[in-house]
Amino acid sequence: MPQIFRHSTNYLARATIFGAIFILLAALWVTASINRSGWNTGQWIERQQPVQFSHKHHVGDDGIDCRYCHTSVETAASAGMPSTSTCMNCHKQIWADSPYLEPVRASFKTGKPLEWIRVHDLPDFAYFNHSIHVKKGVGCSTCHGRVDQMPIAYQASSLQMEWCLECHRNPEKFVRPREKIFDMEWRPQNNSKEEIAQGRDLLKLYHVQGPNILTSCSTCHR
Amino acid sequence: MSEDRHINFKILRDQILASQAKLAQAHGHPSATADGTDLAAIMANAVNAGVSGGSPQTEVNNTKEYWRSLDELADSAEFHEFVLREYPQQAEEWNDPVERRTFLKLMGASLALAGLSSCAYQPPEKIVPYVNQPEEEVPGKPLYFATAFSLGGIATPLLARSNEGRPTKVEGNPDHPNNRSSDPHGSGATATDIFAQASILSLYDPDRAQTLSYREEIRPWSAFVGEIRGMLNGPDGNSGLKAKQGAGLRILTETITSPTLAAQLKGILTDLPQAKWHQYEPANRDNVRAGAMTAFGEPVNTIYDFSKADVVLSLGSDFLAALPGTLRYARDWAARRRVTKEREEMSRLYVYETTPTTTGASADHRWPVSGMSVYAYGLFIAIGNKASPSSLDPEKVWERRRNPDTGRTGIPVNEPEFEPLVNDLLHHKGASIIIAGDEQPPVVHLLAHAMNDALGNIGKTVFYTDPIEANSVDQTQSLRELINDIDAGQVELLVVLGGNPVYNTPLDLKLDPARLGKVKLRVHLSQTKDETSAYCHWHVPETHYLEAWTDARSYDGTATIVQPLIAPLFEGKTAHEVLAVFTDNYDRKPYELLRDYWRTAGLVETVNGPQTEIALLSDAASFESAWRKCLHDGFVPNSALPVKSVSVNPASISQSMAAISATGGQGNSAYELVIRTDPTIYDGRFANNGWLQELPKPLTKITWDNAAMISPATARQLGITSTMGRKGGDIYVDQLTLDYSGRSMTVPTWIMPGQPDGVITIHLGYGRQRAGRVGTNQGFDAYYLRTSSAPWGGPGLQVSKAAGVYQLAQTQTHFNMEGRDLLRSSSLEEYKKDKHKLREESEHEEKELHERSMYPDYDYKNQGNGLDYAWGMAIDLNSCIGCNGCVVACQSENNIPIVGKEQIVRSREMHWIRVDTYFKGEAENPEGPFFQPVPCMHCENAPCEPVCPVHATVHSAEGLNDMVYNRCVGTRYCSNNCPYKVRRFNFLLYQDFEQPLYQLMRNPEVTVRSRGVMEKCTYCVQRIQTAKIDAELEGRPVRDGEIVTACQSVCPTEAIVFGNVNDPNSKVSRLKAEERNYSLLAELNTRPRTTYLSALRHPNPEIE
Repeated sequence: MPQIFRHSTNYLARATIFGAIFILLAALWVTASINRSGWNTGQWIERQQPVQFSHKHHVGDDGIDCRYCHTSVETAASAGMPSTSTCMNCHKQIWADSPYLEPVRASFKTGKPLEWIRVHDLPDFAYFNHSIHVKKGVGCSTCHGRVDQMPIAYQASSLQMEWCLECHRNPEKFVRPREKIFDMEWRPQNNSKEEIAQGRDLLKLYHVQGPNILTSCSTCHR
Repeated sequence: MSEDRHINFKILRDQILASQAKLAQAHGHPSATADGTDLAAIMANAVNAGVSGGSPQTEVNNTKEYWRSLDELADSAEFHEFVLREYPQQAEEWNDPVERRTFLKLMGASLALAGLSSCAYQPPEKIVPYVNQPEEEVPGKPLYFATAFSLGGIATPLLARSNEGRPTKVEGNPDHPNNRSSDPHGSGATATDIFAQASILSLYDPDRAQTLSYREEIRPWSAFVGEIRGMLNGPDGNSGLKAKQGAGLRILTETITSPTLAAQLKGILTDLPQAKWHQYEPANRDNVRAGAMTAFGEPVNTIYDFSKADVVLSLGSDFLAALPGTLRYARDWAARRRVTKEREEMSRLYVYETTPTTTGASADHRWPVSGMSVYAYGLFIAIGNKASPSSLDPEKVWERRRNPDTGRTGIPVNEPEFEPLVNDLLHHKGASIIIAGDEQPPVVHLLAHAMNDALGNIGKTVFYTDPIEANSVDQTQSLRELINDIDAGQVELLVVLGGNPVYNTPLDLKLDPARLGKVKLRVHLSQTKDETSAYCHWHVPETHYLEAWTDARSYDGTATIVQPLIAPLFEGKTAHEVLAVFTDNYDRKPYELLRDYWRTAGLVETVNGPQTEIALLSDAASFESAWRKCLHDGFVPNSALPVKSVSVNPASISQSMAAISATGGQGNSAYELVIRTDPTIYDGRFANNGWLQELPKPLTKITWDNAAMISPATARQLGITSTMGRKGGDIYVDQLTLDYSGRSMTVPTWIMPGQPDGVITIHLGYGRQRAGRVGTNQGFDAYYLRTSSAPWGGPGLQVSKAAGVYQLAQTQTHFNMEGRDLLRSSSLEEYKKDKHKLREESEHEEKELHERSMYPDYDYKNQGNGLDYAWGMAIDLNSCIGCNGCVVACQSENNIPIVGKEQIVRSREMHWIRVDTYFKGEAENPEGPFFQPVPCMHCENAPCEPVCPVHATVHSAEGLNDMVYNRCVGTRYCSNNCPYKVRRFNFLLYQDFEQPLYQLMRNPEVTVRSRGVMEKCTYCVQRIQTAKIDAELEGRPVRDGEIVTACQSVCPTEAIVFGNVNDPNSKVSRLKAEERNYSLLAELNTRPRTTYLSALRHPNPEIE
């Protein structure tokens, strides 16, 4: 009976075995890439809101401070969302009859709150506190990106745990002076040696906890 | 953490085995594993612990000193089998009958769902800000409001937490005068009892009545108002009840202390003079009132000052667990017994009791008796004879006998312990307390008053005030009058405000459906549609106390404001609103009524104090500011009732003594019945509260059921046995038929060490027919045997063994740590003698073990941040009174689910902290039980950590043993390797994720766990993090006492202390430096962060 496979088939089999490692690695890489992609994390996705609110206009053009609307960012876990009355403080006077602001006026009249779509959504088992980050020298733009250039708000960071740990392990790379917290144009990351040295000084000055404390599970998970 | 700190288990194991073998030789028994060097073993040598008794079918003698159940004491084969397994045999099986077809369907569906769920795309969430943000509201920051919970009319002042407008947790109000520290710089207590803790669950009970109804048809409030107004005015406007001056109108309430509500009621009775107001609740204080009436001729309220009492004698009083003011009493009592390096003194507690209580468990001397009055009488005579002849001049004769058969003959007994006991009392004249139990007959109260008088305690440790009830009445008599009127057909309109009289009235005065049928119109106000609602035309849903404005008095009379935290969830109405319908201003709101009351009547009531604020106010503006302060503080200042001077009427005593002798002889060979409220569900009103149903009863550890408690000797006599099942929590008990006052019922039994022989105790509150999805048809209804003449039981009970066994679910044997040196106790004398040796030995042992470890320690003292927190806890077993408050507080704070009886049977309860009970000595009359709360130990060398394959439990840099739910894959290796058995696994989906009401209740700071996840005590890590963040925002270290765990906060005796163990001046470090400090299972070198201080007793050396 003749052989079904020719002798040269052995080479193919060997190549397949050898290739399997690469195929496996490639599969892992693809999985990891999908896992980190915006499709999974929601990064870069612009959310359509009930009101066509532009951070670019309010922050970038008008220069309104973050804390005018996000009032509790320095005192509480939540940065706080502005109440309708906060919007109406200005929009009673300016753009008072703009059709874009109709939902805001309706909310103010009826007492029915606006329902914004959440852009940054952490899982329920992770507990993030804005106030302590602001106090320790983490600026808004470090996590939220250039909000002053966002006509429609999107999530600038992946918000995955590895992204959190990047800073919790090496806080000197990300801290900035407290007076620059709300500065959108400040560098998002300390790269050069001098910058990192400055970051180290700030860690001492602000009594930032060491990576041993910052990477303990119960720091974020309760 | 970057590295695990492994323990060299092999070396440890060899060492333990070697020490066990050595000990076994020494004791001549293989099961004796107690460490010979410790205090317990020193005592073991002194005590001849040969035991006869135990579970009757398995009588074995052994040398156990402490034991948790009779099976353990008897060392039965089942028990051995049981302790060898983490979860007992068959506890982990899924043997619910599921048919093959159903099974395949379920599997198919779950496979499909499993596939889908991995691809599920979370829908975007919404952020809904306010339209106008309230001034103080910051999303994510809780607000606290002063309010009060009332039980039996008595207010427990509270501070309730509101997360975004949802009440989520209650704690004691530290500013309230009842809770203030006696030390002016100390902070007030935040303790509450289990009922107040669990009340938050009742608010969100999905079984609450949600709409007003007329014969099960939904009606608007206006229809109800119309009907009542029509009834009052009559069809032509002047022929109704009003025209008859209210004749035919009866209002039945529970005990009312609320000044505002009482003013409303009195107003109605003035307008309608023929109407009547009746008060009845099953756990009433009629005997206390009757005792005071006889002694003083007026119904005074007695309050005690335990902070000044060196000797306490309780005649059946459970003052540490169930009494108005119990939180304050327990706190002061424990403070007086707290032994430190600086202060080595303790007060002494003697207890006579007819059924075991937690107070008896904490006593230095405890005597189980039947028939309290003869003992009170005997003691009274002994005191009278010894004391310098007082105005009382009691009879000088007594008979000396201690025969149980004749003990109840009405002749005062004299016991050998009377002489030293009375000497001790006389030695502490003016610094002792004699306190009689609420359930004891009036004569015991009378004699207690007389003895306090003879000992000079009145005005020093015992004080009298006017009654705190707005209208103090004999409630049984009040009910009797109502029933007579109904029978005579004189009642047209019956308004039942709160309470559940159809269920809980006594047999001979039962407000049964037939009687109710004679009343033309019946109205019931209650939170759930219960047995009474079913027979009333109108049912008005009642508001929860967190939804309504009212007021109530606390145990010393302080008027306490009840403030709502949330608008009524359903269409709830308050008693104020229902009563307002009977007045001309029938749409007045509770807040207006409350405020108006305090603006008018309040001015008069608070004139007493010189610094009284409200009294001085005449203009509206200054009233407003003072009123706002009252609301903020939660009480009206200086409103405690003034102390009265009263004296015991000597004639009353000789009359009562004659009465005792006259009724003598009723004690015969029959058994005695004792009826008590249930320790967790009270009189039945909490039957639908899952937290309280699942809370193990303090002494028996039974959940979800009640059982008749009998003594081991009586059990032998009747042939009653109990058998441990094979699932761990299932105990199969024999049943008894109880024949009492012409009625008979069959009930499961519980053999209770320390129960007096011949006395059978049953608890009220179970056997509810319409409690709701949790409480309906649980247990048996003890009201079935309750009569108005013997509300708390009496002699004449016939008992026989019934056929069949009953399955009880109990946690006593769960998570057992059998045979090891877990609980330490000693007498004060022994402690003084041995303390230095103790400390040295334990330090030496720890050092030796520590050196065996191959791995270096983590340096908690140098964390590189200058703060160096290392969290730890110390639990003083000398203060723990086993109230269970910590268990419920933890459940409330940490979103812990309940699992149901079926799961308890399989040892699957989820409580993060449990209270272990250890009896000591012989089964007939053991010492204790001693209570030992066991949360997670947060071991520095935690055995759970190295075995986790996914690093779901790891150590934090501050020494916490963190549990990471999102990493956990449910292997349960950690739980298997935990020597303390404190880990809890979600075998099934115990959390109700669907019920929107429960979503409102949960603490947003704590992750809600799902199925397949391990969980355990976190030391309330959410509170640690909040305090740390707050401190850092202010740029300072966390202060000692700033972090208060839920269990610590609720503890009435301050037995639990939490803090930074690296700070030598912190309260927890000072406690850990005490000689009494010891670690649980120190021989394993786990180095627990939770340590215990051994229990102390202070027995009278002259007794025994």
